[in-house]
Amino acid sequence: MKKKFKVEELDCACCAEKMEKLIKEIPGVNDASISFMTQKLTIDADDSRLDEIMDEAQKVCAKVESACKIII
Amino acid sequence: MTKRHKQMLTRILITAGLFIALLTAEYTGLFEKVNSPLIEMIAFIIPYLLISYDVIIKAAQNIRHGQIFDENFLMIVATIAAFCVQEFSEAVAVMLFYQVGELFQSYAVGKSRQSISAMMDICPEYANIEEDGELKQVDPEDVETGTAIIIKPGERIPLDGIVLEGESLIDTAALTGESMPRSVAPGSEIISGCVNGNNTLKVQVTKLFEDSTVTRILELVENASSKKAHVENFITRFARVYTPFVTICAAILAIIPPLITGGGWSEWIRRACIFLVISCPCALVLSVPLGFFGGIGAASKIGVLVKGSNYLEALSEMTTLVFDKTGTLTKGEFQVSEIIPENISKEALLELAALGEGYSNHPIASSIREAYQKPVSMDRVTNAAEVTGRGIEACIDGRTVYLGNAKLMQNKGISYTENQSVGTVVYVAADHVFMGTIVISDAVKAGAKDAVDGLKRLGVKKCVMLTGDRKQSAEAVAEQIKLDEVHAELLPGDKVTLVERLLDGQGNKEKLAFVGDGINDAPVLSRVDIGIAMGSMGSDAAIEAADIVIMDDDIQKISSTVKIARRTMRIVRENIAFALSVKAMVMILGALGIATMWMAVFGDVGVAVIAILNAMRALKGA
Repeated sequence: MKKKFKVEELDCACCAEKMEKLIKEIPGVNDASISFMTQKLTIDADDSRLDEIMDEAQKVCAKVESACKIII
Repeated sequence: MTKRHKQMLTRILITAGLFIALLTAEYTGLFEKVNSPLIEMIAFIIPYLLISYDVIIKAAQNIRHGQIFDENFLMIVATIAAFCVQEFSEAVAVMLFYQVGELFQSYAVGKSRQSISAMMDICPEYANIEEDGELKQVDPEDVETGTAIIIKPGERIPLDGIVLEGESLIDTAALTGESMPRSVAPGSEIISGCVNGNNTLKVQVTKLFEDSTVTRILELVENASSKKAHVENFITRFARVYTPFVTICAAILAIIPPLITGGGWSEWIRRACIFLVISCPCALVLSVPLGFFGGIGAASKIGVLVKGSNYLEALSEMTTLVFDKTGTLTKGEFQVSEIIPENISKEALLELAALGEGYSNHPIASSIREAYQKPVSMDRVTNAAEVTGRGIEACIDGRTVYLGNAKLMQNKGISYTENQSVGTVVYVAADHVFMGTIVISDAVKAGAKDAVDGLKRLGVKKCVMLTGDRKQSAEAVAEQIKLDEVHAELLPGDKVTLVERLLDGQGNKEKLAFVGDGINDAPVLSRVDIGIAMGSMGSDAAIEAADIVIMDDDIQKISSTVKIARRTMRIVRENIAFALSVKAMVMILGALGIATMWMAVFGDVGVAVIAILNAMRALKGA
């Protein structure tokens, strides 16, 4: 199912790209897109494991840009 | 300027102050007098740390997470290397310059985001509900369908609905980009996002806030940035390759030449540092989406919703435009266009026809009655009967009147004057005597010809019309507005086949767009490169089916949008070319030893700043 999240402290477009790529690689994620301009993360993932996946996504984001936070 | 920005600015100003003081000291020979490089280094380290502590922290954090080669690390390495070779002032200056650029970048992005939101500030904040005789303000999200809301003069309409009481003029500028007021009265549909005029309205809500037009439009524009254009994807792939490539070049540059020449390590390492500073492609990756964001914003300002950056890109390459006729090129309303009487007055002819068509529900009948304007006293009419495929037979004021097509006249043996006009022709005869002809046609939209001219001037090669209408009507319209190809009398299936044929005949870089009302064009819209829906003030069907939605009826907006698309692509390409060539030049000059650290920082940060400024131009209209 598709869900949208706001991403805070996303200042670097390069980083947005890296995050997007890494999130797509999380198991259970069908597709992900980060719009740097609107600071939104759209993720199409396995509904039953959504909490788990979002935790992973949060870790991934912190790895790329430490201040970055996904608002769940 | 956010708080973070202001803090940064303060740091920059203090550092700049210290730096200038130290530079002056250096210039006036103070450091020579002291003659201690250690003291000099410490003196410069203070401003250096002030300006770069956040960069150092970020670099450390990122290394801990496995991300070593990022901008922060590279800047630290480069400036520390500068410190090591005793270029103290250069190290501080470079870091200062870098931070100024980063601040500007952050500021510019924030500004861009703000201006798009301001433009899309059509979001209503409250709705008025009547409770116990008083008006209460509630969140539009909490209003159920079927509730009655009150909209006061000057307020923004919060929800979609139908007018129950009141008459007023509505300003649709927020959605269509033009201030053409629409009048509404009880029974009229009202759309959220528009602004009410001078009279209070009582409206029954038909859609929840989350389904309302204004929410859907806002979502559409927001999501448009997610649909990336080809050039955006290209830049992303390029960026992934670019950084490692430049880093490896830097490593090679630092190690190989000194090994070969047997010395000069510090010089080659310095040059390698320049490479490292240049290796971040952030400017490029930032300015491209920013440009498209601006383009989409510019389009929504004129009332055109573009659902994706990729559609904007495709529109700039459009060479063939296929028009649907009814409702797109023509108004979609039947109107009496000619009254040609024989032996009686126009008035009398029209009256006769209006009476004869009095009982009919056919659109032709309505248009004749509309043209007559006066009320018809149907007691003058007896024995009215419809002759299928031919027309109407009636007895009016005691006379036998026939109204219909050529076949009817021939059938009844009435000699009539044939009419070659375009449109639907109604012959009128009374007591076997030909009385005249009434021609009803669908008027071409004002501005259709100018629109086609405009498109041709923009370089659109083919303008094609598809319609299910009669050949004569179609060809007349095509003639009037100077289209290149006309295909008439088409069944819905034929339209698809024809579009596929046109698509096959296209080159690689050519794109085909289809313009229709969006309501019954779904199969065609799914085939074409760009589907454009017009009018319907953003009806659900149109928004769903099309890639680009023009909120009102103005065909000329197509050419305006093409101009915006071209402009956006031009700005994006300019940025890419500029960024790449500056970086390449700095790399070459760096390898040759001509470039300084300053140039490297400019090649990174300065280029980013210029690219961002340029991309913000895309926000301004065509």
